[in-house]
Amino acid sequence: MNLLATVRPDSSVLPLLLHVFGAMILVGGLLTGASALAFAKGEARSLRLGYWSLLAVSLPGWILMRVGAEWIYSEEGWDEVADDPGWLGMGAFIADIGGFILLVSLILGGVGVYRLRSGKGAGLLKATLILSLVLLAAYVVAVWAMTGKPD
Amino acid sequence: MSFDDWMLALHVLSAFSWVAGTVLFSVLIVAVRRVDTPEGTIRMDPVSKVGNAAIGIGMVGTIVFGLWLAFSVGGYNIWDGWIIAALVLWVFSGAVGQRTGAAYMEGMTKAKELQTAGQTGPSAELLALNRTSRGAVLHVLSSVLVLLILIDMIWKPGA
Repeated sequence: MNLLATVRPDSSVLPLLLHVFGAMILVGGLLTGASALAFAKGEARSLRLGYWSLLAVSLPGWILMRVGAEWIYSEEGWDEVADDPGWLGMGAFIADIGGFILLVSLILGGVGVYRLRSGKGAGLLKATLILSLVLLAAYVVAVWAMTGKPD
Repeated sequence: MSFDDWMLALHVLSAFSWVAGTVLFSVLIVAVRRVDTPEGTIRMDPVSKVGNAAIGIGMVGTIVFGLWLAFSVGGYNIWDGWIIAALVLWVFSGAVGQRTGAAYMEGMTKAKELQTAGQTGPSAELLALNRTSRGAVLHVLSSVLVLLILIDMIWKPGA
């Protein structure tokens, strides 16, 4: 890939900015949520902080990232190309499957946070933590693929 | 993937690490505003260390890999306006971020002092330190500087 291709037309700047900014917020929320859950040691306030980081930061970040992705996809004419390149397919796949895993982790964590009132729910939040770490690793791969654009 | 492609990927991953750390501290700054006990404040210490590591790795990675790309990739030069702007913003952001950290460390230090003295209950003084308006303003400024770098990197004005 010619790195000069990253000098892009002005019309692509805003959607790309939205896409990248959303992805960064998503990863930031995952890092915050996973860290708070990992170091909570069963303490309810930290577990809630971890869960709400995922819900109030990661989820909006994912939505921004996905909206930006669709916008730039049509802006750069990828929707008129028969076969997407591998890096684009990999990024889109990880983004979508990651969104599904994020939803599952939020549902599990939501039930866990609700059950914290009766002194339970820590196990479900541990599952949320594991899924968050899996998502973090997956999105690192996605960022690498979208940036390095391997063949 | 060429070597420069790898450098670009690592540069962008570093930027993600930097912003992720900034987001982490944004959440902690909101959360700590309701914390008035030494135990609650100290509990945030390991999470803040993750944020410090993310920002440290991110700042070092962006500058090292970014400088490599500026010298290695044809068509880009270190004296390009948008690259100089990014370098200036990077320096300012680092300086402001350091002051932000110092402002919030006052609360952490106080919490450790209180705990050592055996005072585990709520403390108005600790709450005031955790709600530092100076720290919050500095963090907003630091975040704006990071956002400006992101806009500069994507827009590349003049490139």
